[in-house]
Amino acid sequence: MSPAWRKRALQSFTVTAGALPAAALVVSALTDELGANPVEHVTHVTGGWALRFLLLSLAVTPLRRLLGWSWAAPLRRTLGLTAFGYACFHYLTYLGLEHFFDWQLIVEDVLERRYVTAGFAAFLCLVPLAVTSTRAMVRRLGRRWVSLHRLVYLAAALGVIHFLWLVKSDLREPLVYAAVLALLLGLRALPWLARSRSRKPTLNEA
Amino acid sequence: MLIRRADAIKSSEITSLDLFLRRREFLRGAGWVAAGAVLAPTLACGAEGEARPLAPRAGADANPFRTDEKPTAFKDATRYNNFYEFGTDKSDPRRYAGSLRTRPWSVAITGEVGKPGTIDLDDLLRPHSAEERIYRLRCVEAWSMVIPWLGIPLGEIIKRFEPTSGARYVAFKTLLDPEQMPGQRSRVLDWPYLEGLRIDEAMHPLTILATGMYGQELPNQNGAPLRLVVPWKYGFKSIKSIVEIRLARTEPPTSWNLQAPREYGFFANVNPDVDHPRWSQKRERRIGELRKRPTILFNGYADQVAHLYQGIDLRKYF
Repeated sequence: MSPAWRKRALQSFTVTAGALPAAALVVSALTDELGANPVEHVTHVTGGWALRFLLLSLAVTPLRRLLGWSWAAPLRRTLGLTAFGYACFHYLTYLGLEHFFDWQLIVEDVLERRYVTAGFAAFLCLVPLAVTSTRAMVRRLGRRWVSLHRLVYLAAALGVIHFLWLVKSDLREPLVYAAVLALLLGLRALPWLARSRSRKPTLNEA
Repeated sequence: MLIRRADAIKSSEITSLDLFLRRREFLRGAGWVAAGAVLAPTLACGAEGEARPLAPRAGADANPFRTDEKPTAFKDATRYNNFYEFGTDKSDPRRYAGSLRTRPWSVAITGEVGKPGTIDLDDLLRPHSAEERIYRLRCVEAWSMVIPWLGIPLGEIIKRFEPTSGARYVAFKTLLDPEQMPGQRSRVLDWPYLEGLRIDEAMHPLTILATGMYGQELPNQNGAPLRLVVPWKYGFKSIKSIVEIRLARTEPPTSWNLQAPREYGFFANVNPDVDHPRWSQKRERRIGELRKRPTILFNGYADQVAHLYQGIDLRKYF
């Protein structure tokens, strides 16, 4: 199997896997299986997958660095864009089916309810990342692209906070996401910590 | 259990609609002395004040005991439930409530009553006829349903146990048994679930203890075998699977209020003008409908219950 073919197969697999939850929702909608509160169900499902794919996209770099899975590198963009797709689906459901595009209500909601504010801010963070995800934009922005794409950490943190703030009393599920995010961010801090520790002895020697 | 349908009531026992609508006038005429020493201290404030309109307001139910609004599909009312004793997902209660044994079942009536004791549920219900009540149910999470309940006015049951003059509140407790209620193994709430009403709220004719719905026995996930229904308050007040009713001198602790006092008050009256700190209460989604509809003060039962809260700042006492 040639490396190029393998790469393409992996991409197709990721794209297909990313589309499955959306396909399942469509099937549920067509067979009237969305439950008693379909709008709530669609909102929860799409929000959940946006967060899960965002965390998966954040797992690529640590896996590449720690386990040497260099083949996974191109999946980062696919997973990130899948997350953005679900975030759009989630946001459109909120605008259209929760509020029927009543902009006055929507503005009030975003300003007054902190979980909505957090979710909206997370979505705003994702927009420039999706827009600058093309190869041409990566080339054009150069080093600034790397700085800009650090926004993904903020987006993920806001996404987890959005979830934590909206549940009534059962924090278990959002706390799982918070733990995964902490782990993924912690793994990024490891090499940085190791470097700062190894620097100290050289200073002492000098 | 024998469920007596509403049509089993002797016609002589049924209050005429006309008399019902004029009941305050009737009661005022009869004099509050007759209402008894028990109710006098708490109801007195509601007896005074300007004359209220005798006819229902435009848009209100012609008969508040049986709204004309279309009942929610049975399928939705039994698959979309908040009953954290069986899990926090709305589909959990239907999935896991099968482990609840609803017979034999006994209820303890304690506190400020002349005849306290623990009574078998069938003995508790035997002297009464279940009536059908079609009520709106508004959840604090901004969704609502219309449910045809079968139940008994709570006031009728309480009177049998002869409340003392010290009975100013009624406290309710749900079964505590993690074997039967697997959700109680996780500490999402401080179990057992507790709820409470002021005595005048408990004695109000709209307040019932339900034993059935949709013409049949209560499904486990809906609070079998005995649950409270207080239609003008958010759904969490309507405690399920009750094992204890205690008449109390002081305001009893209630589960959601203990969990988050800023978010859930003791009264928890449906009120579109007092938002939950984290979401709006102005509108609600009626299950089965797509677009949200405006929420109505006291869930549309203002004509019947607003007088209970005269002079009370509903923003402070939410």
